Amino acid sequence: MSAIFDVRNLKKTFGGLVVTNDVSLSMAPGDRVALIGPNGAGKTTFVNLVTGNILPNAGSVMLGGQDVTRLGPTERVRRGLVRSFQVTRLFSEMTPEEHVALAILQREGRSGKMFASHRAMPDVMEEGHTLLSRLGIAHLARHRVSEIAYGQQRLLELSLALALKPKVLLLDEPAAGVPQSDTARIEQAIADLPSDLAVLMIEHDMDLVFRFAKRVVVLAAGEIIFDGSPDAVTKDVRVRQAYLGSYADARSVA
Amino acid sequence: MAMLSNSDTLSVTSDRRARLTRDAVGVLVILALGVAGYVLFPNNLALLTRITAIALLVLSLDLVTGYCGVATLGHAALFGAGAYGAGIAAAHFGITDPVAMLAVGIIAGSIAGLISGVVVLRAHGLPQLVLSIAIIHLAHEAANKASGWTGGSDGLSGIMPDAVFGVWQFDLWGRTAYVFGIVLLVVTFVLLRQIVRSPFGMLCRGIRQDPVRIRAMGGSVHGTLIRMYIISGAVAGAGGALNAISTQVVGLDSLSFTLSAEALVMLVLGGTGSLYGALLGTVTFLWFEDVVSAANPFHWLTIVGALLIAVVLFAPKGLYGSLAAYFERRGRKNP
Repeated sequence: MSAIFDVRNLKKTFGGLVVTNDVSLSMAPGDRVALIGPNGAGKTTFVNLVTGNILPNAGSVMLGGQDVTRLGPTERVRRGLVRSFQVTRLFSEMTPEEHVALAILQREGRSGKMFASHRAMPDVMEEGHTLLSRLGIAHLARHRVSEIAYGQQRLLELSLALALKPKVLLLDEPAAGVPQSDTARIEQAIADLPSDLAVLMIEHDMDLVFRFAKRVVVLAAGEIIFDGSPDAVTKDVRVRQAYLGSYADARSVA
Repeated sequence: MAMLSNSDTLSVTSDRRARLTRDAVGVLVILALGVAGYVLFPNNLALLTRITAIALLVLSLDLVTGYCGVATLGHAALFGAGAYGAGIAAAHFGITDPVAMLAVGIIAGSIAGLISGVVVLRAHGLPQLVLSIAIIHLAHEAANKASGWTGGSDGLSGIMPDAVFGVWQFDLWGRTAYVFGIVLLVVTFVLLRQIVRSPFGMLCRGIRQDPVRIRAMGGSVHGTLIRMYIISGAVAGAGGALNAISTQVVGLDSLSFTLSAEALVMLVLGGTGSLYGALLGTVTFLWFEDVVSAANPFHWLTIVGALLIAVVLFAPKGLYGSLAAYFERRGRKNP
Protein backbone atom coordinates (compact mmCIF):
# COMPACT_ATOMS: atom_id res chain seq x y z
CA MET A 1 0.00 0.00 0.00
CA SER A 2 1.34 3.48 -0.83
CA ALA A 3 2.57 5.66 2.03
CA ILE A 4 0.18 8.18 3.55
CA PHE A 5 2.97 9.61 5.67
CA ASP A 6 6.56 9.70 4.54
CA VAL A 7 9.43 11.36 6.38
CA ARG A 8 12.62 11.44 4.39
CA ASN A 9 16.12 12.15 5.69
CA LEU A 10 14.97 14.64 8.30
CA LYS A 11 17.77 16.59 9.97
CA LYS A 12 17.70 19.21 12.69
CA THR A 13 20.57 20.89 14.48
CA PHE A 14 20.56 23.40 17.33
CA GLY A 15 23.89 25.18 16.96
CA GLY A 16 26.43 22.38 16.73
CA LEU A 17 24.16 19.83 18.34
CA VAL A 18 22.54 17.37 15.96
CA VAL A 19 19.19 16.36 17.51
CA THR A 20 17.63 14.65 14.51
CA ASN A 21 19.99 12.97 12.10
CA ASP A 22 18.83 11.59 8.78
CA VAL A 23 15.58 10.19 10.12
CA SER A 24 13.29 8.45 7.63
CA LEU A 25 9.95 6.88 8.47
CA SER A 26 7.13 5.78 6.22
CA MET A 27 3.60 4.73 7.15
CA ALA A 28 0.69 3.33 5.16
CA PRO A 29 -3.01 3.73 6.05
CA GLY A 30 -3.88 1.40 8.92
CA ASP A 31 -0.30 1.15 10.23
CA ARG A 32 0.20 0.92 13.99
CA VAL A 33 3.71 2.11 14.75
CA ALA A 34 5.29 2.79 18.12
CA LEU A 35 8.17 5.25 18.39
CA ILE A 36 10.29 4.58 21.43
CA GLY A 37 13.66 5.68 22.70
CA PRO A 38 15.49 6.59 25.89
CA ASN A 39 15.17 10.07 27.39
CA GLY A 40 16.89 12.67 25.20
CA ALA A 41 16.65 10.46 22.11
CA GLY A 42 14.97 13.24 20.13
CA LYS A 43 11.38 11.97 20.13
CA THR A 44 9.85 15.35 21.05
CA THR A 45 11.99 17.12 18.44
CA PHE A 46 10.86 14.57 15.88
CA VAL A 47 7.20 15.21 16.73
CA ASN A 48 7.75 18.96 16.54
CA LEU A 49 9.45 18.60 13.16
CA VAL A 50 6.70 16.41 11.80
CA THR A 51 3.87 18.61 13.07
CA GLY A 52 5.54 21.78 11.78
CA ASN A 53 6.26 23.43 15.10
CA ILE A 54 9.92 23.62 14.11
CA LEU A 55 11.43 23.53 10.65
CA PRO A 56 14.11 21.00 9.67
CA ASN A 57 17.54 21.91 8.30
CA ALA A 58 17.19 19.19 5.69
CA GLY A 59 14.81 16.47 4.61
CA SER A 60 11.13 16.40 3.84
CA VAL A 61 7.74 15.47 5.27
CA MET A 62 5.20 14.10 2.82
CA LEU A 63 1.54 13.73 3.67
CA GLY A 64 -0.75 11.92 1.27
CA GLY A 65 1.87 12.33 -1.45
CA GLN A 66 2.20 16.07 -0.94
CA ASP A 67 5.22 17.86 0.45
CA VAL A 68 4.23 19.67 3.66
CA THR A 69 7.76 20.37 4.92
CA ARG A 70 7.41 24.15 4.71
CA LEU A 71 3.80 24.31 5.87
CA GLY A 72 2.90 25.46 9.39
CA PRO A 73 1.23 23.26 12.00
CA THR A 74 -2.27 24.59 11.29
CA GLU A 75 -2.11 23.74 7.59
CA ARG A 76 -0.76 20.25 8.35
CA VAL A 77 -3.70 19.61 10.67
CA ARG A 78 -6.09 20.71 7.95
CA ARG A 79 -4.46 18.18 5.63
CA GLY A 80 -4.98 15.35 8.09
CA LEU A 81 -1.92 15.23 10.36
CA VAL A 82 -3.27 15.42 13.89
CA ARG A 83 -1.56 14.99 17.24
CA SER A 84 -2.50 14.47 20.84
CA PHE A 85 -0.41 15.88 23.67
CA GLN A 86 1.62 14.13 26.32
CA VAL A 87 0.24 16.52 28.94
CA THR A 88 -3.46 17.12 28.33
CA ARG A 89 -4.19 20.41 26.62
CA LEU A 90 -7.86 21.15 27.03
CA PHE A 91 -9.93 24.24 27.75
CA SER A 92 -10.66 23.93 31.45
CA GLU A 93 -13.67 26.27 31.38
CA MET A 94 -15.35 24.56 28.45
CA THR A 95 -17.34 21.33 28.30
CA PRO A 96 -16.50 18.17 26.33
CA GLU A 97 -19.51 18.97 24.13
CA GLU A 98 -18.02 22.37 23.27
CA HIS A 99 -14.57 20.86 22.68
CA VAL A 100 -15.80 18.30 20.21
CA ALA A 101 -18.19 20.74 18.52
CA LEU A 102 -15.34 23.20 18.06
CA ALA A 103 -13.14 20.50 16.54
CA ILE A 104 -15.90 19.40 14.13
CA LEU A 105 -16.68 22.98 13.15
CA GLN A 106 -12.99 23.66 12.70
CA ARG A 107 -12.63 20.64 10.44
CA GLU A 108 -15.56 21.80 8.33
CA GLY A 109 -14.40 25.42 8.15
CA ARG A 110 -17.45 26.61 10.10
CA SER A 111 -15.73 27.73 13.30
CA GLY A 112 -15.83 31.37 12.17
CA LYS A 113 -19.63 31.54 12.20
CA MET A 114 -20.79 34.45 14.31
CA PHE A 115 -24.55 34.31 14.47
CA ALA A 116 -25.32 30.71 15.29
CA SER A 117 -24.83 28.40 18.23
CA HIS A 118 -23.34 24.94 17.84
CA ARG A 119 -26.33 23.65 19.81
CA ALA A 120 -28.59 24.76 16.96
CA MET A 121 -26.60 22.62 14.51
CA PRO A 122 -28.09 19.10 14.67
CA ASP A 123 -25.37 17.55 12.51
CA VAL A 124 -22.61 18.85 14.78
CA MET A 125 -24.44 17.84 17.95
CA GLU A 126 -25.13 14.38 16.58
CA GLU A 127 -21.57 13.74 15.47
CA GLY A 128 -20.20 15.10 18.75
CA HIS A 129 -22.57 12.91 20.75
CA THR A 130 -21.55 9.84 18.74
CA LEU A 131 -17.85 10.53 19.31
CA LEU A 132 -18.21 11.08 23.03
CA SER A 133 -20.39 7.97 23.32
CA ARG A 134 -17.82 5.89 21.48
CA LEU A 135 -15.22 6.91 24.06
CA GLY A 136 -17.63 6.42 26.95
CA ILE A 137 -17.75 10.03 28.12
CA ALA A 138 -21.07 11.20 26.66
CA HIS A 139 -22.52 11.44 30.17
CA LEU A 140 -19.93 14.17 30.91
CA ALA A 141 -20.76 16.22 27.82
CA ARG A 142 -22.09 19.21 29.76
CA HIS A 143 -19.58 19.18 32.62
CA ARG A 144 -16.68 21.60 32.69
CA VAL A 145 -13.38 19.92 31.85
CA SER A 146 -11.97 21.15 35.17
CA GLU A 147 -14.60 18.98 36.89
CA ILE A 148 -13.83 15.67 35.19
CA ALA A 149 -11.17 13.07 36.07
CA TYR A 150 -7.79 13.04 34.33
CA GLY A 151 -8.40 9.67 32.68
CA GLN A 152 -11.60 11.05 31.15
CA GLN A 153 -9.72 14.12 30.01
CA ARG A 154 -7.31 11.82 28.16
CA LEU A 155 -10.29 10.21 26.44
CA LEU A 156 -11.58 13.65 25.52
CA GLU A 157 -8.16 14.48 24.10
CA LEU A 158 -8.49 11.41 21.91
CA SER A 159 -12.04 12.30 20.85
CA LEU A 160 -10.81 15.75 19.82
CA ALA A 161 -8.21 14.18 17.58
CA LEU A 162 -10.83 11.88 16.05
CA ALA A 163 -13.26 14.75 15.51
CA LEU A 164 -10.70 16.22 13.12
CA LYS A 165 -10.91 13.02 11.01
CA PRO A 166 -7.16 12.61 10.65
CA LYS A 167 -5.32 10.52 8.10
CA VAL A 168 -2.30 10.26 10.37
CA LEU A 169 -2.56 10.42 14.15
CA LEU A 170 0.39 11.05 16.45
CA LEU A 171 -0.33 9.92 19.97
CA ASP A 172 2.16 11.32 22.43
CA GLU A 173 2.11 9.05 25.50
CA PRO A 174 -1.69 8.74 25.50
CA ALA A 175 -1.78 6.97 28.88
CA ALA A 176 0.76 9.18 30.65
CA GLY A 177 -0.33 10.18 34.14
CA VAL A 178 -3.52 8.12 33.97
CA PRO A 179 -4.36 5.99 37.02
CA GLN A 180 -4.00 2.24 36.52
CA SER A 181 -7.77 1.84 36.80
CA ASP A 182 -8.36 3.99 33.70
CA THR A 183 -5.61 2.74 31.38
CA ALA A 184 -7.71 -0.20 30.14
CA ARG A 185 -10.35 2.22 28.80
CA ILE A 186 -7.73 4.27 27.01
CA GLU A 187 -6.14 1.16 25.53
CA GLN A 188 -9.53 -0.01 24.35
CA ALA A 189 -10.20 3.39 22.77
CA ILE A 190 -6.86 3.16 20.97
CA ALA A 191 -7.62 -0.39 19.84
CA ASP A 192 -10.94 0.84 18.44
CA LEU A 193 -9.38 3.59 16.31
CA PRO A 194 -10.49 3.48 12.65
CA SER A 195 -8.70 0.71 10.82
CA ASP A 196 -7.66 2.92 7.90
CA LEU A 197 -6.01 5.48 10.17
CA ALA A 198 -2.22 5.49 10.36
CA VAL A 199 -1.24 5.80 14.03
CA LEU A 200 2.20 6.64 15.37
CA MET A 201 2.40 6.31 19.13
CA ILE A 202 5.25 7.76 21.17
CA GLU A 203 5.30 5.75 24.36
CA HIS A 204 7.51 4.68 27.28
CA ASP A 205 5.22 1.97 28.61
CA MET A 206 6.58 -1.12 26.86
CA ASP A 207 3.58 -3.27 27.78
CA LEU A 208 1.32 -0.83 25.99
CA VAL A 209 3.74 -0.67 23.05
CA PHE A 210 3.72 -4.43 22.63
CA ARG A 211 -0.06 -4.64 22.82
CA PHE A 212 -0.58 -1.78 20.35
CA ALA A 213 2.18 -1.85 17.76
CA LYS A 214 2.70 -4.01 14.73
CA ARG A 215 5.95 -2.21 14.18
CA VAL A 216 8.42 -0.50 16.51
CA VAL A 217 10.82 2.27 15.63
CA VAL A 218 13.62 3.07 18.08
CA LEU A 219 15.21 6.49 18.17
CA ALA A 220 18.51 7.06 20.00
CA ALA A 221 20.71 10.14 19.92
CA GLY A 222 18.60 11.57 17.09
CA GLU A 223 18.96 8.52 14.82
CA ILE A 224 16.73 5.57 14.04
CA ILE A 225 18.59 2.50 15.28
CA PHE A 226 15.82 -0.03 14.80
CA ASP A 227 12.74 -0.39 12.65
CA GLY A 228 11.03 -3.75 12.85
CA SER A 229 8.64 -6.06 14.63
CA PRO A 230 7.93 -5.88 18.38
CA ASP A 231 9.36 -9.38 18.79
CA ALA A 232 12.68 -8.42 17.32
CA VAL A 233 13.15 -5.16 19.18
CA THR A 234 13.99 -6.68 22.57
CA LYS A 235 16.62 -8.90 21.02
CA ASP A 236 18.34 -6.15 19.09
CA VAL A 237 21.80 -5.43 20.45
CA ARG A 238 21.83 -1.75 19.52
CA VAL A 239 18.50 -1.18 21.23
CA ARG A 240 19.71 -2.93 24.39
CA GLN A 241 22.89 -0.87 24.24
CA ALA A 242 20.90 2.38 23.85
CA TYR A 243 18.60 1.62 26.77
CA LEU A 244 20.97 -0.15 29.13
CA GLY A 245 24.40 1.15 28.08
CA SER A 246 27.23 -0.99 29.51
CA TYR A 247 24.70 -2.98 31.58
CA ALA A 248 23.48 -4.57 28.35
CA ASP A 249 26.56 -6.76 28.30
CA ALA A 250 26.61 -7.51 32.00
CA ARG A 251 25.92 -11.05 33.10
CA SER A 252 23.41 -11.67 35.79
CA VAL A 253 24.90 -12.03 39.25
CA ALA A 254 24.30 -15.40 40.76
CA MET B 1 -24.37 7.35 13.09
CA ALA B 2 -26.41 7.48 16.24
CA MET B 3 -29.32 9.81 16.22
CA LEU B 4 -29.89 12.30 18.98
CA SER B 5 -32.37 10.84 21.41
CA ASN B 6 -35.67 12.53 22.18
CA SER B 7 -34.35 13.63 25.55
CA ASP B 8 -31.30 15.20 23.85
CA THR B 9 -33.56 17.01 21.39
CA LEU B 10 -35.70 18.23 24.27
CA SER B 11 -32.57 19.31 26.09
CA VAL B 12 -31.38 21.30 23.04
CA THR B 13 -34.77 22.99 22.79
CA SER B 14 -34.90 23.81 26.48
CA ASP B 15 -31.30 25.10 26.31
CA ARG B 16 -32.25 27.43 23.50
CA ARG B 17 -35.26 28.63 25.44
CA ALA B 18 -33.17 29.18 28.56
CA ARG B 19 -30.61 31.19 26.60
CA LEU B 20 -33.30 33.31 24.95
CA THR B 21 -34.86 33.89 28.36
CA ARG B 22 -31.50 34.98 29.80
CA ASP B 23 -30.97 37.33 26.84
CA ALA B 24 -34.45 38.75 27.18
CA VAL B 25 -33.89 39.30 30.90
CA GLY B 26 -30.56 41.03 30.13
CA VAL B 27 -32.19 43.36 27.61
CA LEU B 28 -35.10 44.07 29.95
CA VAL B 29 -32.70 44.89 32.80
CA ILE B 30 -30.78 47.34 30.59
CA LEU B 31 -34.03 48.91 29.41
CA ALA B 32 -35.43 49.07 32.97
CA LEU B 33 -32.24 50.71 34.23
CA GLY B 34 -32.39 53.06 31.25
CA VAL B 35 -35.95 54.07 32.05
CA ALA B 36 -35.10 54.40 35.76
CA GLY B 37 -32.18 56.67 34.90
CA TYR B 38 -34.40 58.79 32.67
CA VAL B 39 -37.08 59.15 35.34
CA LEU B 40 -34.94 59.40 38.46
CA PHE B 41 -32.05 61.54 37.18
CA PRO B 42 -33.56 63.86 34.54
CA ASN B 43 -30.88 66.48 35.24
CA ASN B 44 -28.04 64.01 34.95
CA LEU B 45 -28.75 62.53 31.55
CA ALA B 46 -25.44 63.81 30.17
CA LEU B 47 -23.57 61.72 32.75
CA LEU B 48 -25.75 58.70 32.01
CA THR B 49 -25.10 59.06 28.28
CA ARG B 50 -21.38 59.29 29.03
CA ILE B 51 -21.69 56.06 31.05
CA THR B 52 -23.42 54.43 28.07
CA ALA B 53 -20.63 55.49 25.69
CA ILE B 54 -17.94 54.26 28.08
CA ALA B 55 -19.89 51.01 28.56
CA LEU B 56 -19.48 50.42 24.82
CA LEU B 57 -15.73 50.98 25.20
CA VAL B 58 -15.54 48.53 28.12
CA LEU B 59 -17.64 45.94 26.23
CA SER B 60 -15.25 46.35 23.34
CA LEU B 61 -12.25 45.87 25.64
CA ASP B 62 -13.89 42.77 27.11
CA LEU B 63 -14.04 41.22 23.65
CA VAL B 64 -10.26 41.27 23.22
CA THR B 65 -9.13 41.04 26.84
CA GLY B 66 -11.86 39.01 28.52
CA TYR B 67 -12.72 36.67 25.67
CA CYS B 68 -9.39 36.47 23.83
CA GLY B 69 -6.83 37.12 26.57
CA VAL B 70 -5.08 40.00 24.80
CA ALA B 71 -3.45 42.42 27.24
CA THR B 72 -3.96 46.03 26.20
CA LEU B 73 -3.72 49.46 27.76
CA GLY B 74 -4.35 51.29 24.53
CA HIS B 75 -7.95 50.50 23.78
CA ALA B 76 -9.10 54.11 23.93
CA ALA B 77 -7.41 54.52 20.53
CA LEU B 78 -10.37 52.66 19.04
CA PHE B 79 -12.87 54.76 20.99
CA GLY B 80 -11.07 57.97 20.00
CA ALA B 81 -10.96 56.91 16.36
CA GLY B 82 -14.75 56.53 16.42
CA ALA B 83 -15.19 59.86 18.19
CA TYR B 84 -12.90 61.77 15.83
CA GLY B 85 -14.28 59.90 12.80
CA ALA B 86 -17.85 60.94 13.60
CA GLY B 87 -16.75 64.44 14.69
CA ILE B 88 -14.63 65.12 11.61
CA ALA B 89 -17.39 63.76 9.35
CA ALA B 90 -19.79 66.29 10.86
CA ALA B 91 -17.48 69.29 11.31
CA HIS B 92 -15.51 69.04 8.05
CA PHE B 93 -17.69 67.09 5.64
CA GLY B 94 -21.16 68.09 6.67
CA ILE B 95 -22.25 64.55 7.50
CA THR B 96 -24.58 65.50 10.33
CA ASP B 97 -27.13 62.71 10.23
CA PRO B 98 -26.55 60.93 13.57
CA VAL B 99 -26.97 57.47 12.10
CA ALA B 100 -24.47 58.30 9.34
CA MET B 101 -22.10 59.75 11.97
CA LEU B 102 -22.48 56.55 13.94
CA ALA B 103 -21.65 54.53 10.82
CA VAL B 104 -18.54 56.63 10.22
CA GLY B 105 -17.52 56.13 13.86
CA ILE B 106 -17.99 52.36 13.54
CA ILE B 107 -15.90 52.25 10.36
CA ALA B 108 -13.16 54.45 11.88
CA GLY B 109 -13.14 52.28 15.00
CA SER B 110 -12.93 49.11 12.91
CA ILE B 111 -9.97 50.46 10.96
CA ALA B 112 -8.28 51.51 14.22
CA GLY B 113 -9.04 48.03 15.56
CA LEU B 114 -7.42 46.42 12.54
CA ILE B 115 -4.29 48.58 12.85
CA SER B 116 -4.08 48.10 16.63
CA GLY B 117 -4.61 44.38 16.27
CA VAL B 118 -1.89 43.99 13.64
CA VAL B 119 0.60 45.83 15.89
CA VAL B 120 -0.42 44.54 19.33
CA LEU B 121 -0.72 40.91 18.26
CA ARG B 122 2.90 40.89 17.13
CA ALA B 123 3.88 40.31 20.76
CA HIS B 124 2.69 38.52 23.89
CA GLY B 125 2.58 39.36 27.58
CA LEU B 126 4.44 42.46 28.73
CA PRO B 127 5.79 43.43 25.29
CA GLN B 128 2.17 43.30 24.07
CA LEU B 129 1.16 45.68 26.83
CA VAL B 130 4.00 48.04 25.93
CA LEU B 131 2.97 48.01 22.26
CA SER B 132 -0.59 48.90 23.23
CA ILE B 133 0.65 51.81 25.35
CA ALA B 134 2.78 52.98 22.43
CA ILE B 135 -0.29 52.91 20.18
CA ILE B 136 -2.39 55.09 22.45
CA HIS B 137 0.44 57.60 22.88
CA LEU B 138 1.04 57.71 19.12
CA ALA B 139 -2.68 58.13 18.43
CA HIS B 140 -2.91 60.88 21.04
CA GLU B 141 0.08 62.70 19.61
CA ALA B 142 -1.17 62.30 16.04
CA ALA B 143 -4.53 63.84 17.01
CA ASN B 144 -2.73 66.65 18.81
CA LYS B 145 -0.50 67.45 15.83
CA ALA B 146 -3.27 67.22 13.23
CA SER B 147 -5.00 70.17 14.83
CA GLY B 148 -6.36 71.38 11.48
CA TRP B 149 -8.62 68.34 11.50
CA THR B 150 -8.99 67.56 15.17
CA GLY B 151 -8.80 70.95 16.87
CA GLY B 152 -5.70 69.73 18.74
CA SER B 153 -5.70 70.45 22.46
CA ASP B 154 -8.68 72.81 22.09
CA GLY B 155 -10.83 69.91 20.97
CA LEU B 156 -12.95 69.45 17.86
CA SER B 157 -16.05 71.58 17.94
CA GLY B 158 -18.70 72.56 15.41
CA ILE B 159 -20.38 69.18 15.56
CA MET B 160 -24.10 69.81 15.05
CA PRO B 161 -25.97 66.54 14.57
CA ASP B 162 -29.36 66.63 12.87
CA ALA B 163 -32.51 65.21 14.40
CA VAL B 164 -32.56 61.39 14.66
CA PHE B 165 -34.47 60.11 11.59
CA GLY B 166 -35.42 63.77 11.02
CA VAL B 167 -37.79 63.62 14.00
CA TRP B 168 -36.01 63.74 17.36
CA GLN B 169 -33.85 66.82 17.82
CA PHE B 170 -30.88 66.71 20.21
CA ASP B 171 -32.10 68.85 23.10
CA LEU B 172 -30.34 70.80 25.83
CA TRP B 173 -31.27 68.25 28.53
CA GLY B 174 -29.74 65.41 26.59
CA ARG B 175 -32.92 63.33 26.41
CA THR B 176 -32.59 62.39 22.75
CA ALA B 177 -28.90 61.60 23.12
CA TYR B 178 -29.67 59.43 26.13
CA VAL B 179 -32.38 57.41 24.40
CA PHE B 180 -30.19 57.15 21.28
CA GLY B 181 -27.38 55.80 23.49
CA ILE B 182 -29.57 53.27 25.32
CA VAL B 183 -30.98 51.94 22.03
CA LEU B 184 -27.43 51.68 20.65
CA LEU B 185 -26.29 49.84 23.78
CA VAL B 186 -29.18 47.35 23.64
CA VAL B 187 -28.63 46.61 19.94
CA THR B 188 -24.89 46.17 20.51
CA PHE B 189 -25.48 43.98 23.55
CA VAL B 190 -27.84 41.67 21.64
CA LEU B 191 -25.39 41.36 18.73
CA LEU B 192 -22.45 40.69 21.04
CA ARG B 193 -24.40 38.04 22.98
CA GLN B 194 -24.84 36.23 19.66
CA ILE B 195 -21.18 36.57 18.78
CA VAL B 196 -19.72 35.41 22.10
CA ARG B 197 -21.97 32.35 22.12
CA SER B 198 -21.29 31.45 18.49
CA PRO B 199 -18.62 29.03 17.23
CA PHE B 200 -16.46 32.12 16.65
CA GLY B 201 -16.88 33.14 20.29
CA MET B 202 -16.05 29.60 21.37
CA LEU B 203 -12.91 29.73 19.23
CA CYS B 204 -11.89 33.01 20.92
CA ARG B 205 -12.42 31.52 24.39
CA GLY B 206 -10.34 28.57 23.32
CA ILE B 207 -7.54 30.87 22.16
CA ARG B 208 -7.57 32.64 25.53
CA GLN B 209 -7.20 29.35 27.35
CA ASP B 210 -4.74 27.56 25.09
CA PRO B 211 -3.70 28.87 21.67
CA VAL B 212 -1.43 25.84 21.15
CA ARG B 213 -4.45 23.54 21.35
CA ILE B 214 -6.37 25.71 18.89
CA ARG B 215 -3.48 25.46 16.42
CA ALA B 216 -3.40 21.70 16.97
CA MET B 217 -7.06 21.69 15.91
CA GLY B 218 -6.17 23.53 12.72
CA GLY B 219 -7.47 26.90 13.95
CA SER B 220 -5.93 30.20 12.94
CA VAL B 221 -5.13 32.05 16.15
CA HIS B 222 -3.86 35.26 14.57
CA GLY B 223 -6.64 35.51 12.00
CA THR B 224 -9.31 34.96 14.65
CA LEU B 225 -7.82 37.57 16.96
CA ILE B 226 -7.60 40.12 14.15
CA ARG B 227 -11.27 39.55 13.37
CA MET B 228 -12.18 40.04 17.00
CA TYR B 229 -10.06 43.20 17.13
CA ILE B 230 -12.00 44.61 14.17
CA ILE B 231 -15.33 43.79 15.85
CA SER B 232 -14.02 45.30 19.06
CA GLY B 233 -13.00 48.42 17.10
CA ALA B 234 -16.51 48.70 15.67
CA VAL B 235 -18.04 48.57 19.16
CA ALA B 236 -15.55 51.06 20.64
CA GLY B 237 -16.01 53.25 17.57
CA ALA B 238 -19.77 53.24 18.16
CA GLY B 239 -19.10 54.38 21.73
CA GLY B 240 -16.80 57.14 20.52
CA ALA B 241 -19.35 58.28 17.94
CA LEU B 242 -22.05 58.35 20.61
CA ASN B 243 -19.79 60.52 22.75
CA ALA B 244 -19.17 62.90 19.84
CA ILE B 245 -22.88 63.09 18.98
CA SER B 246 -24.02 63.62 22.55
CA THR B 247 -21.39 66.14 23.72
CA GLN B 248 -20.91 67.75 20.27
CA VAL B 249 -17.22 68.10 20.98
CA VAL B 250 -14.31 65.68 20.79
CA GLY B 251 -11.30 66.21 23.04
CA LEU B 252 -7.91 64.58 23.24
CA ASP B 253 -9.06 62.86 26.45
CA SER B 254 -11.04 60.42 24.28
CA LEU B 255 -7.71 59.15 22.96
CA SER B 256 -5.87 59.08 26.26
CA PHE B 257 -3.89 56.50 28.14
CA THR B 258 -5.93 57.42 31.23
CA LEU B 259 -9.18 56.42 29.54
CA SER B 260 -7.61 53.15 28.36
CA ALA B 261 -6.44 52.32 31.86
CA GLU B 262 -9.77 53.31 33.42
CA ALA B 263 -11.62 51.10 30.96
CA LEU B 264 -9.44 48.18 32.04
CA VAL B 265 -10.12 48.99 35.70
CA MET B 266 -13.88 49.04 35.01
CA LEU B 267 -13.64 45.69 33.25
CA VAL B 268 -11.70 44.08 36.09
CA LEU B 269 -14.12 45.61 38.58
CA GLY B 270 -17.13 44.09 36.81
CA GLY B 271 -15.46 40.83 35.78
CA THR B 272 -13.66 39.88 32.57
CA GLY B 273 -15.07 37.45 30.01
CA SER B 274 -18.68 38.45 30.57
CA LEU B 275 -20.71 41.15 28.84
CA TYR B 276 -22.73 41.64 32.02
CA GLY B 277 -19.49 42.11 33.96
CA ALA B 278 -18.36 44.83 31.56
CA LEU B 279 -21.66 46.69 31.95
CA LEU B 280 -21.78 46.31 35.73
CA GLY B 281 -18.15 47.42 36.10
CA THR B 282 -18.71 50.55 34.01
CA VAL B 283 -21.87 51.62 35.81
CA THR B 284 -20.42 50.91 39.26
CA PHE B 285 -17.11 52.69 38.62
CA LEU B 286 -18.52 55.82 36.97
CA TRP B 287 -21.46 56.09 39.36
CA PHE B 288 -19.18 55.57 42.38
CA GLU B 289 -16.67 58.08 41.01
CA ASP B 290 -19.43 60.67 40.48
CA VAL B 291 -20.97 60.21 43.93
CA VAL B 292 -17.69 60.08 45.82
CA SER B 293 -16.11 63.02 44.01
CA ALA B 294 -19.17 65.13 44.82
CA ALA B 295 -19.27 63.98 48.46
CA ASN B 296 -15.56 64.33 49.12
CA PRO B 297 -13.76 66.41 46.51
CA PHE B 298 -10.41 66.13 48.33
CA HIS B 299 -10.12 62.39 48.94
CA TRP B 300 -12.36 60.83 46.31
CA LEU B 301 -9.48 59.26 44.39
CA THR B 302 -8.31 57.57 47.59
CA ILE B 303 -11.78 56.16 48.14
CA VAL B 304 -11.98 54.91 44.54
CA GLY B 305 -8.56 53.29 45.00
CA ALA B 306 -9.74 51.60 48.21
CA LEU B 307 -12.80 50.22 46.38
CA LEU B 308 -10.61 48.74 43.68
CA ILE B 309 -8.24 47.15 46.19
CA ALA B 310 -11.20 45.67 48.06
CA VAL B 311 -12.66 44.20 44.87
CA VAL B 312 -9.36 42.74 43.68
CA LEU B 313 -8.63 41.22 47.11
CA PHE B 314 -12.07 39.95 48.04
CA ALA B 315 -13.77 39.43 44.67
CA PRO B 316 -10.95 38.64 42.22
CA LYS B 317 -13.44 37.51 39.57
CA GLY B 318 -14.99 40.99 39.66
CA LEU B 319 -18.44 41.93 40.90
CA TYR B 320 -20.40 39.98 38.31
CA GLY B 321 -17.97 37.06 38.23
CA SER B 322 -18.15 36.66 42.01
CA LEU B 323 -21.94 36.93 42.03
CA ALA B 324 -22.24 34.36 39.24
CA ALA B 325 -19.84 31.99 41.04
CA TYR B 326 -21.82 32.41 44.28
CA PHE B 327 -25.13 31.54 42.62
CA GLU B 328 -23.53 28.62 40.77
CA ARG B 329 -22.27 27.19 44.07
CA ARG B 330 -25.70 27.67 45.62
CA GLY B 331 -27.36 26.03 42.66
CA ARG B 332 -25.14 22.97 43.09
CA LYS B 333 -25.91 22.71 46.77
CA ASN B 334 -29.63 23.00 46.12
CA PRO B 335 -30.18 21.48 42.68
